[in-house]
Formats: sequence, C-alpha cells, structure tokens
Amino acid sequence: MTLNMGPQHPSTHGVLRVALELDGETVVKARPIVGYLHTGMEKQAEYKTYTQSIPQTDRMDYLAPMSNNLAFCLAAEKLLGIEVPPRVQAIRVLLTELTRISSHCMWLGTHALDIGAMTVFFWAFREREKVLSIYEHVCGARLTASYFRVGGLAMDIPEGFLDRCRTFVDEMPAHVDEYEAMLTKNPIWLARTRGVAILSARDAVALGATGPILRGSGVQYDLRKAQPYSGYETYDFEIPVRTSGDAYDRYLVRVEEMRQATRICDQAIRRLEELGPGDYRLRDFKYVLPPKEEVKTSMEALIHHFKIVAHGFFPPVGEAYQAIEAPKGELGFYFVSDGTPRPWRMKVRSPSFVNMQTLSVMVEGRLVADVITAIGSLDIVLGEIDR
Amino acid sequence: MTPLTPERVEERLRERFPGVPFRRQEGEAVRDHTLYLPAERLVEVCTFLRDDPELDFAMLSWIAGVDNLPREPRFEVVYGLLSLSHPRRVHLKIELAGEQPRVPTVIGVWPTADWLERETYDFYGIEFTGHPDLRRILLPEDWVGWPLRKDSPLGYEEVAFTHNTPERIKPSPELRKLQPKKVKYRAH
Amino acid sequence: MTEPKELNPFRTLAMPPPQAAAAPDLLMPKSEEESIREELERGILFTSVEKMVNWSRANSIWPLGFGLACCAIEMMAALAPRFDISRFGAEVMRASPRQADLMIVAGRVSLKMAPVLRLLYEQMPDPKWVISMGACASCGGVFNNYAILQGVDKIVPVDVYVPGCPPRPEALIHGIMKLQEKILVSRVELGPIARKTRKGAA
Repeated sequence: MTLNMGPQHPSTHGVLRVALELDGETVVKARPIVGYLHTGMEKQAEYKTYTQSIPQTDRMDYLAPMSNNLAFCLAAEKLLGIEVPPRVQAIRVLLTELTRISSHCMWLGTHALDIGAMTVFFWAFREREKVLSIYEHVCGARLTASYFRVGGLAMDIPEGFLDRCRTFVDEMPAHVDEYEAMLTKNPIWLARTRGVAILSARDAVALGATGPILRGSGVQYDLRKAQPYSGYETYDFEIPVRTSGDAYDRYLVRVEEMRQATRICDQAIRRLEELGPGDYRLRDFKYVLPPKEEVKTSMEALIHHFKIVAHGFFPPVGEAYQAIEAPKGELGFYFVSDGTPRPWRMKVRSPSFVNMQTLSVMVEGRLVADVITAIGSLDIVLGEIDR
Repeated sequence: MTPLTPERVEERLRERFPGVPFRRQEGEAVRDHTLYLPAERLVEVCTFLRDDPELDFAMLSWIAGVDNLPREPRFEVVYGLLSLSHPRRVHLKIELAGEQPRVPTVIGVWPTADWLERETYDFYGIEFTGHPDLRRILLPEDWVGWPLRKDSPLGYEEVAFTHNTPERIKPSPELRKLQPKKVKYRAH
Repeated sequence: MTEPKELNPFRTLAMPPPQAAAAPDLLMPKSEEESIREELERGILFTSVEKMVNWSRANSIWPLGFGLACCAIEMMAALAPRFDISRFGAEVMRASPRQADLMIVAGRVSLKMAPVLRLLYEQMPDPKWVISMGACASCGGVFNNYAILQGVDKIVPVDVYVPGCPPRPEALIHGIMKLQEKILVSRVELGPIARKTRKGAA
C-alpha cells in the first residue's frame, strides 16, 4: 500500500512529503519528496549584493538564524581575505551558541511532541522565548536576526546584554536537567527511541550526514574542533559522541551539546567582560562600513561609506567555501565572485538536505510510527532543504 | 596523522594517474585547493581518493554547478570532498561545454551524490549519466527550463505602485459601499 | 442598557420595576408577573440567532496547522505558553482540514505548494476563513522570484492580512481578534430558506 505523508502534516516539521510503501504497518520503502518550500534563494543571491543577501540566509534555517548569518559572513570574509577582531569573534560565538541552544530546545520540544510528551514542548518553548528576548534585545528582531555583517556586526551590543546572557546561561543547566529528568530514563521514551532509526557509521559517512547524526553514529567529527573558525580553538568544550546511532543516542548527543553550548557561552561572556567595549567592525574600509563618527569628519571615510552603501563592496575575483558547525550539521557557503558586488554564484551546502537522504535507510523495515521518530531525530528544517 | 598538504594530494594523484591532466586553479582569491580534471576520469579519481588510506576522502560534502555564460566552457561542476581523518577539503572541478552537458555520476562512490546530483540537474540541466533516478527535486516536476542558468530570468513580478499603473484598471468608487462596517467587539 | 454601537450579542431584561426593589414582604405572595420576571432574570437571555451563531463561531476558531516556513515558528510561539492563543478560542490546532475552520497560511508559498494549498482550502468545510500571516503569504515578501507565489490571495480568498517578517505572536493574535470582529458582523444563512436580501446590501 502506498501512503502519502503529505506536505501538510503536524509532525513533518514543515512541508515535507514522504511517500511510504507499506506492507501492513511495516515500511517497505520511504521516499522523501522535497521542494515544497523552494524559494530560489541561490538565484536571488546573484541579483543582490552580499549584504543584501544576509536577510535571506535567516530564512533558510529559521530555527537557528544567527548560525546561517555566521556561515555567510565567514564565507564572505574568507573570500575577501579579512578577519574580524577578537571581540567581534567572541560576540559571534556567544550568539551562535545561544542559537544552538534555542535550536536544540525547539528540536526537543517538537520531537517530544511528536512522540507524545507535551510537557517538554511547553518547557522547551519557555527557554526558547528567553533566547528570543535576548535576540530582540541585541538586534530588534525575534526570529530573523540578520545581526552579523561581513566584517563585523550590524551594531554594537547594547548595555545590559551581557547581564541578560549571564542570567540565562546560569539558569540553563538546571532546565536541561529538567528535560533529562523528564525523558532520559522514561520508559515510554526509551521504548520509542531506543533501537529506532539506526544509522551505522559507515552509512552516515557514505550518505554525507553531518552534525549530531554523525556523532550519534560514532564518528567523532565536529567542525568546531576539526576546522575551527571564529576563534573556537580558544574555547574549552567537549564533543559528545555516542555509538549506536539510534534516535536515543542522537537525543543524548543534542542534550549534551546544549550543556556544552552553555559552557562556551559562559566563557565567551567572561571574555567579553574582560575585553570591555571596543570595535564592533573591522577597520578595513574597503569592504566594511567605517564608523559613523569618522564618516562625518573624514573625507576618505565618507567616500568609502558611499561606495559601500551605494554599490556594495567589490571582492576580488575568486571563490571560497567556508563551513560551520550549525546545530543541524555542516552548513557551508560557496561563493564564486567575478569582482562585482553581486556574487556570481552562491551555493549553500545545507545540512538538512544531505541528512534527509538518510531517512530511507533509517526506516526501511521498521514500523510506520518509527518514521515519525526518525524524522524528528533527524532535526530537519525545510527552509534549509529547499532554500 | 601527518597533516595532508594540498601538494601531497596532488603528488599522490599525479603518481597514480599519470595520464590525467590535473590543473590547479590559480588566482589570488581562490581560497581553497581546487583541481580541474576531465569528466571521463572522474569516477576513477574519486574512487581512488575515497579508498586510498593516506588520502581518505570519505565524504562528499557538496556538488555545485556554476554557469559562466559568456565564457566557454560554460558549465563547471564543483565537487567538495572532505577527509574526516585529517581533516582536509579538496575541490574537484569538471568543465563542460554549453550544449548537452554530461558528467558521469559518482553515486557509486558516495551514495550521498543521489540528491546532490539531482539538485544540480534541477538547476542547470546537467545530465549525470548513470544516475538511477535523475529527475527534478526542488522545483515542480513539470517545470520547464533550468532556473539557475544565467539566461533564465529571475521571474521578478513588477510591484504595482501608483506611478506605474497607467494601464491597470483603477477600482471604481462604488466599491466603497461594500466595505464592512466598523465594529468594536467587547467580549462581555 | 448597552450602547447601540457596541456589539453585545446578549441583552438581558431591563431594570426590574421599582416596586420589586422595595421592602420585600415575605408574607405577601408574589404576583405572577413578579415570579416570571424573577425566573427570567436568573438565567434566560434574549438575542438573535445570527448574533448567537456569530458569537460562538468567533470565539471558538480552530486553526488548521498549516505552517510552512519561519512564520510557522512564530505561530507555534503563539500557541506556546507565553502568548497563548487558546485564550481566544483557538484551543487546538487541528491537523485535518475537515475539522478546522481557520487556515493560517504561515510562510512563503512556493509554486509547488500552491495546488496543495488550494486543495486543503477546498477540503475545509464552510464556514472557513483564511489569515495570511507574514509578508510572504500576503504579497510575496522578500522573495520576488520564479519560485514563490506573490501573495496567497491569488489562489484563496483572504480575510485578514497580518504583515511582518515574521509577525510577532502578538501581531498574529491581533489578526485573530480582527477576524473575530469580522465574523461577528457577518451574515449567517439559516436553514434552507434563503434570506431575503435587503436593498443594496450583499
């Protein structure tokens, strides 16, 4: 029997369609069909300057918007050959790790809701609301932040921001303990997720899966440690790895990542408090906007400002690929530049797109209810798959 | 594990495939190690890169198509490979002519190429010979055209402002009568 | 008595006649009129069926869970405890279109999804309403290109547009309240006999 788990479904985390061939309750074949949210972002990026494309990146993985911004800005900075000052790196790391926490909270809430644990949904959203308030404090938008720019940040962090982050980071481990108390030893949770949706390490690498899926299957690979970016080599944290590759292990990996992210945030806040106030943008006026005070007093800064705002910066002819460890996996941007302010080609290597292929391997031979668990444990975002 | 330098990768490739014209992409802003190679040797080279214990490029990270329209060769297909053990990345580029661009599929080497190649086919019309199921993935199945090619338009819809609607019909004044009456609801 | 402009669908009896508020004489038997009046005051309301039906429809709108993109996250945040839309009657978000009355189109509608959206709209039973949430659903939003439908009102009739990218959950709730106001003034077809239309009105 062919059953269509249609684009409109409460548990598919977006408009995912899975064509299931069933034999009773057993899945014979599962074929995910994507493209219901295709937005043409890669084509549209060829018509916009680099800075104008940053808001588009928010809408890709809309659960972790600052991660996407970071990947974009790092790739553009790699192309330009510039590197931002340490204070900016620390702020970026802080916000990206908060994003990781909020994305994992959202994942946990919806995954638990699909399996039936509604309480965790409400609790996780409570934490997420706190992170969204922090976003709102720093840049004005709850969800689609667009706070990072090529060469720095859109604006400096406001007063009281570090205190808010400090409050959140101090209370977060207790909340993660709450979630674990609810789920980790819960017999229903264990029955639904242990031994379900297994992906072996060989399959994971062959299918290109990255992120918690790869680490849940036993491969110790995290871009923050392997190819560090934005100052991650100076932070002290661990990478959780589990071995059996089932949904339960992926759950444990992500919960532990939330804790490690809290640890990184803590270190970042301390570093920012030591560094004190400073520049929030690189002082390379060829590519980055100069500070407003200088624009009003220095002619050269005014000309640079005008050129960058009116045309956009002119990167050198070349190409660059930079990947980061987004909450979902390896998120990379590949830019081909022809010297004009608009990229010739922007390619997004989205983790959920590649991870989605593992679904058919995970659920073949299993029961229909396991399909829901598998999709949940994959942690996909359709905005990223379909771009 | 001794760190794997780009030179070492090229050295191993040239010694294993002496007949293949590998060419490194030069440019002041080419920030990654990129090698051009001909389309016919792609599968062998990839199999070697994956299986060789020193190189160990076990994961295919991404495949991108690039359309350089005024230039010939028009299309380029870029393969981003990742070696987990080192870790090191290398990019392989295949150049293709404009009409009937065809590349052998690497799905036998890395199964992840399934969707990645379908996506490149969907956007550019580049055919991957040997792919078991090459059809559109992101666009509707009956879409005509290859949107990311440079000669396909963006599909921009002109936004209607007052200054650019001379030929549109202006709404008639009688429509005002159909406006709902304003109401203020109090829920007691 | 409520003001004529305010929409209070229920109207109770006017103030009781003055002699009833005077010194109650328990020994004297109540007149028949007084006893009826007392009964009525205790629990009977007078209204019109139209207002009753509109009031109940407005206060128990069940949305269809149709989150597409980023706006869906703000819609879920509107369901979450901080901004709770079940206070306004949207208690459950039904998964099946056959059981829902409100379709909140939350997110960008791609051309591949558009037929699905139309099909879902046609599967919803009457009365149904559509809220177009966010800039992408209202007009195409940030994305003016080959892949995105420039406004969901090209395929379904929309009642309320909620702008924003994404709109805050409070904005969505404001949109739902506006929809409630719209429902309260709508005409209701009752029974098989069509209502005689008044001159000039629809």
